[in-house]
Formats: sequence, C-alpha cells, structure tokens
Amino acid sequence: MTDLAATSGRQPGYAESRRRPDFVTQLYIYGSLFIVAAIVLVPLLTTALGGLKTLGELRVNPFGLPTQWQWANYGDILFSSRYWRMLGNSFLIAGLTTALTLAVAAMAAFTLAHVRFFGAGFLMNYFLLGLMFPIATAILPLFIRIRDLGLLDSYMGVVLPQVAFGLGMAILLFRNFFRNVPKELFDAAFVDGSGYIRFFWYVTLPLSRPILATVAIVAFVNSWNNYIMPLIMLNSQDKYPWPLGIMVYQGEFSTDWQLVLAFITLTILPTVIVFFAAQKHIVSGLTAGAVKG
Amino acid sequence: MAQATSLAPGKSPLVEPAAQSRAPARRSGGLRNIGRTWPVLVLFLPPAILLFTLFVILPIGEAGWYSLFDWSGYGRPDEFIGLKNFELLWRSGAFRTALTNNGLIIVISLALQLPLALWLATLVSHRIPGATVFRLIFFLPYVLADVAAGLIWRFIYDGDYGLVASIASLLGFETPYVLADRTIAIYAVLAVIVWKYFGFHMMLFIAGLQSIDKSLYEAADIDGATGWQKFTNVTLPLLSPTIRLSVFFAVVGSLQLFDMIMPLTGGGPSNSTQTMVTFLYTYGITRMKVGFGSAIGVVLFVICVTLAFGYRRIFMKND
Repeated sequence: MTDLAATSGRQPGYAESRRRPDFVTQLYIYGSLFIVAAIVLVPLLTTALGGLKTLGELRVNPFGLPTQWQWANYGDILFSSRYWRMLGNSFLIAGLTTALTLAVAAMAAFTLAHVRFFGAGFLMNYFLLGLMFPIATAILPLFIRIRDLGLLDSYMGVVLPQVAFGLGMAILLFRNFFRNVPKELFDAAFVDGSGYIRFFWYVTLPLSRPILATVAIVAFVNSWNNYIMPLIMLNSQDKYPWPLGIMVYQGEFSTDWQLVLAFITLTILPTVIVFFAAQKHIVSGLTAGAVKG
Repeated sequence: MAQATSLAPGKSPLVEPAAQSRAPARRSGGLRNIGRTWPVLVLFLPPAILLFTLFVILPIGEAGWYSLFDWSGYGRPDEFIGLKNFELLWRSGAFRTALTNNGLIIVISLALQLPLALWLATLVSHRIPGATVFRLIFFLPYVLADVAAGLIWRFIYDGDYGLVASIASLLGFETPYVLADRTIAIYAVLAVIVWKYFGFHMMLFIAGLQSIDKSLYEAADIDGATGWQKFTNVTLPLLSPTIRLSVFFAVVGSLQLFDMIMPLTGGGPSNSTQTMVTFLYTYGITRMKVGFGSAIGVVLFVICVTLAFGYRRIFMKND
C-alpha cells in the first residue's frame, strides 16, 4: 500500500529527487500554484465576505471587502435554533452511522480475516459487490423497503442504508488491516485460553486504532455530506440534516443572496475547521478509503 | 443527548444484533469448549450480512423486478408491462441528454481534470516552501459537500449578483445568465466538477509520485535526459497504476453525479443538464413512478457493472 499519510516527504522519492529548482522554474511553479489557488479560494472567500454585505452592496461590489460589515447576517443565523438543529441532526445521523459501521464492519471483517469457515471467500466477494454501484441504482426499492419497515422519516431510516452501503469499503479496509495482526499473538492468546471474541476485543481492536480512525473518518464524512439518502427518506424539516436544510433555506431566501451566503459559510465552517485541524488524518483517510477500493 | 429520545420510535429490530452481540462477547471466551468458531460466526457475521442483504442486494434485485411493472408504490405491483419502461426510457429525449451529459462529464474528467491534477501534483512535489499549504488548499473543495459547492457556484454564476456577471460587465460584455442558458449551462456545471474534484486526484498522484524510486531520476539525469523526457519515460510509466485508479474513480464518480447538479440547475434549463441520477430523481422519485425509476436504476447498474468488469479485464490485469 502506498502510504498517503507520508505526503510530507518522509519517504525518499520524487520530492527528494530534485534539488531546489532554479529561479525561473520557481517563478513558473509559484505563478501556476497561485493562479490555481486563487481559482479555488476566490469563490469561497467571496461567499464568506458576501455574507457580510448588504444585498445592494453585493450587486456593485461582489469582490472586495464590505464597506459596512453586516455582522447581523451571521449573528441572526447563529442565534437561530434552525441552524443548530440542522447541525445537530447531521451530527446525530453521522455519529450513529459511524458507530454502527465500525461495530458491524469490524466484527464481520475480523471473522473474515481470522476464522476459516466454508464460504468465507464467497462472503467477502459478496460484500465487495457493494463497491460496484452507486446508492442511486436501488434508491426506489430502498425507499419502499424503509417505508414498509416503518422507518420513513426517522433517523434510522437514513442511518441503516448508509451503514449498509458503507459496509463494503469498511470491511475491505478492516480485513486488510486485521490480516496483518501477527499470528504469534493469536497462538499466544489461544494458549491462554481465550477465544476469538476475547481476542477481537482485547487484542485486535486496541491494535487497530489507525484503521478504526480511517474508517470512522470515511463513514462520518460520507454521512455528513450525504444528500440523496435524507432527501428520499425524511419528510419533516425538523429532522433535516444540513445539506437538506441549506437547500430549504436557499429556497426560502433565494433572492436575499447575502443571507444565503452567510448560511452557506456557517454550514461549511465546521467542515473547514475540522479539515485544517486534522488535515493529515482526513487526507489520508479519504484517499486511503478510495485507494483500497 | 436530547435527540436520543426521539430515536425510540425509529429504532428497528435490525440494530439489535449489532448492539447485543457485544454483551455476550466477553463471556464466551470462557466457553471455548463448545467450539472456538461457532460463537464468532454466529455473533459477528449476521449483523453485516443482514444489513447488507436487506439494504443493498435485495433492493438491486427488486429494482430489476419492479422495472417490469407500472407501479405507483402502493399496494402490490400487479400491472406487468414487460420492457415497456425501458422502451419509454430509450425514447425519452431527456434521458438521452442525461446519458450524453454523463459521457461528457467522463470525457472532461479524463481529458482535462486528470492532466491538470497530474500537472499540479508534479508542481507541489517540488522541494519548495509552502508546497504543503498549496496541497491543502487544492484538496479543500473535495472536502466540502457537493451541495455546498453547488450553492456557492450558483451564486458565482448568478446573473445579478455573481462574480461571473461582474467580471463580464467589467470587461464590457453583457451580463450572462450562465445557468439559465441551455447551451452553456452544462459547461458551467463541468467547470464546477473540475473545481471540486481535481484536488482529490492530485492527492492520489502525489502519493503515486512519492513511491517512485528517486534513483531512476538520477540515472536519467546521468543519461542527460531533459525534464520532459524524464516525465514521459520515467514518471508516466511508473505512475500508470495510480492513473488507472484515478480514471476509475473519475468514471464511477461521474456516473453517480447528483448532489452538485441539484443546487446548481436541478437538471434544467429544459433538461439540458440532467444526469442519469437527476433524471431518476426528477422522473422516477418525485413522481413516485417506481417501475420507471427502477428501470433507470437498472440501466445505471448495468452501465456500472459493465464498466467495472470491462475495466478490470482491460487495465487491471497486472495488479
């Protein structure tokens, strides 16, 4: 496996293969990087600043700093229960999804990695089928199933399908990690008289913190950003997670762009803060989740 | 947690196995005489199998079955119409636009986004101050939710308040209503897709570049190779596993694009920016045409599986 966490250049490789580039090359590199960075950042900064302007100023001065800083745009949203309920819903759904994914996938992957039983290979391939197609392919039958189970418009109606669709990737990541737990540990544990389940709880899980973190990040981020599942499964606005809430808000205040922009900024703020605070884990988590697939 | 109480009605019997299995887990270590493998097989596997079968595999099968009916979702599906849903789908101009758009997204992802990502990956892999910061900035759009990115760009493209409009008026052009124009709306959407996803591919390429043995470059230097020769003869061939991976993600991601289209255009104007999944949403889900919607799902499924297997056969032979 390529260690994506090592992007800071601990491995000898491409980065070290070149001496510090000369002046002209540096100019070209920095010029290009700054242009692309501007293309990435300008829309984001305009959004954040736009939330601090009046609608009139937005029209004449979309780029620059506000002449009068309208902190009230942000304040009103921050003091509204709507904003917090939305984030709370997202947090609850993502938290439940993550906890269930970790528990269910780790147990299954442990069994698939360590226990020899008839059909193990078939079962692994069965779970891997889930990686081949997007949620949308079966969304209507899924809706009907959730409805028939009486879970429509409940958090669990969103959580359970999300867990199910995340299982393929999670089991794959876990199994690959668990298989590398040294065999000697296993033999020692058996001599001590402990069974598989004790071993799982007291040896495998404590040793697996990195992969638990990776799977948790993938599950949490996917759920936090998921739009289609809550869109289909939830009806009442007070249960909406933020991607739905933001669309409703945009629909209500569509012409008051300054409010919509403030709302967007505040809803993506948690993501941006967490991303910069834990960037190493998130980058490696999200790309490893992808690479292993 | 205040919300925990509201969970109770929604709690399903399906969650129980996962929650319960941990309690007997500690005890059963001492009961190993019964057999070592039975407890773990009986406790650890069923939750995953049950969830996965119930919510992933069965719905796929059911989509195939429902697609043969004209069904509103209530009662039982009893109006069997054979392949008529697929025929309707094939005749729908909007669906063909959706297919074309999905194709276009794949082409742009491969022809524009991947080279861009690779180019930037080589740039930030140089030993220069600030490279890490640039990497993070480029990765940032990928972390944002598609819905948020779509809304941000809906504002950027807005004809009255947006950036594109004010840039156009600065340059003396008439202000364009980009997303309301049938001919250019899809290109505006494509630009957002590249903006959102190039950072992800760049990160893959950075990892790929790091695994290339640096002595190969030294050897090339000794042979007097130019920068471009080193790129085409060393970097590209050694990077090909990463490139194939990146292509795979670009294709799979393109096929399921939905979240970003909804806030940007919702598939409009006049269906010009539909993708397969937005088409499924607009014509299958919002109108509760379960049979028709399932037929779209089946088509999407067949395309995904064909691509996945075809791709493996062609490209992944050596991996």
